[in-house]
Amino acid sequence: MNILVCISKTPDTTSKIAFTDGGTKFDENGIQFIVNPYDEWYALVRALELKEASGGKVTVISVGDASNDPIIRKSLAIGADEAVRIDAADTDALFVAQQIANYAKENDYNMILTGKETINYNGGQLGGMIAELVGLPYVAMATKLDLDGDTATIEREIQGGSEVLEVNGGFVLSAAKGMAEQRIPNMRGIMAARSKPLTVIAPSGGEAHTSVVNYELPPAKAECKYIDAENAEELIALLHNEAKVI
Amino acid sequence: MSIVVFVSNTKGKINKAGLEAICYAADIAKNSGDSVTAVTAGSLEGDGGAGAYGASKLISCASVNHSDSVQVTNMVSAVISDEGASMIITSHDNDGKQVAPRLAARLNCGMVTGVTGLPDTSAGFTVKKNVFSGKAIAQVSITSDKKILALLPNSHGLHEHGVTAEVSEWSGDAGAASVTVKEVKVEESNVVPLPEAELVVSAGRGMKGPENWGMIEELASELGATTACSRPVSDIGWRPHHEHVGQTGVAIRPNLYIAIGISGAIQHLAGVNGSKKIVVVNTDSEAPFFKAADYGIVGDAFEVVPKLIAAAKAFNASK
Repeated sequence: MNILVCISKTPDTTSKIAFTDGGTKFDENGIQFIVNPYDEWYALVRALELKEASGGKVTVISVGDASNDPIIRKSLAIGADEAVRIDAADTDALFVAQQIANYAKENDYNMILTGKETINYNGGQLGGMIAELVGLPYVAMATKLDLDGDTATIEREIQGGSEVLEVNGGFVLSAAKGMAEQRIPNMRGIMAARSKPLTVIAPSGGEAHTSVVNYELPPAKAECKYIDAENAEELIALLHNEAKVI
Repeated sequence: MSIVVFVSNTKGKINKAGLEAICYAADIAKNSGDSVTAVTAGSLEGDGGAGAYGASKLISCASVNHSDSVQVTNMVSAVISDEGASMIITSHDNDGKQVAPRLAARLNCGMVTGVTGLPDTSAGFTVKKNVFSGKAIAQVSITSDKKILALLPNSHGLHEHGVTAEVSEWSGDAGAASVTVKEVKVEESNVVPLPEAELVVSAGRGMKGPENWGMIEELASELGATTACSRPVSDIGWRPHHEHVGQTGVAIRPNLYIAIGISGAIQHLAGVNGSKKIVVVNTDSEAPFFKAADYGIVGDAFEVVPKLIAAAKAFNASK
């Protein structure tokens, strides 16, 4: 069972977001970078659980420059066996998908897992694009993944509930909350990660069709209007007459 | 030319997010002189509401499984080719998320998801989207001829265009099934799903335990709202995961978000700060959530919520 897990570098969830260069660049000053939580907590940890149950190897792959190496080492410390970094800027989802698909086609993986989206660009595009490029079925927003030989049973979120799908052979999925529990790397894992292979390869073809022109912050909120705890009906009246939302 | 909109449907009706995507496409088409063709997997009752919101054609196919991204992509890309469309719209809902990226790779075109406004064509082609889980907005340029936009639910709104949709059944070949549906678990409910809800009542650890959610559900029911919760509450299992709003849960933008017993950590705010109005109820007057609130009540949820329920009941009775 060989599993490819796509990981992305994102700012820590507590980060204050700011921009520089006239709103065209994300301000990395003082930002702590982490493995995108959906990639780490759900996709990577479930891949490790499957490997521990039935053998094989887990490879993490990331597109980015050397500043991605710390989050790649973290993934190795959690338990991935090897890592690949494609040395290119990860600005456009289709470009990134093409890099990963090209690598996946030349190597032998039973499944490719991603998180449902990154918490910085909130694109949610990578898994579906890779699936199309490598010609495999795709399941988005998966909350459970079980294997029985060559058959995978996958539960995914749909409107108002969930559905259980069965897929035979290889597939790509995007992982959502529920698929696994976060793992904290231990000292042995951290030490072992230092000697696990991290292969850096050059990008291969692909072109970006999108780019960010600029960023802005949401408009500032007006002052909060306080209502006395005794006067609940005043709030309901304000919501109806002033805010016009009920 | 036409703009093609992929929409999902449940039990013969296009969901609200899908109708909003059609309405969004119709507003683009109004400026560009195009028409709107909606396409959906499965069968619909009549036009499923597509005409009212601006589609002049509705193409469905009873034999295509909405959960099969390969079949749906085959159908939608055939329709795009038949219609000669270069603009493709979907909702950024669960089916849209499964199909649209596949389609972008098939067409080798630029795609923006979580779009929050109409495109700007004054210099090239750009659209705005939420980034950093709602903490910021990015203006993104697309340079390919074909373009895919996935609209964030509740960001455009619904207004009628009053077109009559010509309904037809797609007769192409969607190919072999790539997945098999074993079970569908959808609870029968009149409650609007969280991502589409206009009114949301959400509660956090301040409720002290799952047994106290009765009053949250009652308040939501009186207001016709959907319930939600903070991350710690879904992590400890007091409430289901799908109710978790925030940076690592669902990002929502309802008209009204009422937060009860939630302190307002930056990760939670990220998922809800697109809400048009925010009400915060918290015992701690220093809770950071008040800074993001339009209306605040400093007080104990166990005293305030029953009063709100009574006030909502009186309001409903007076309507």
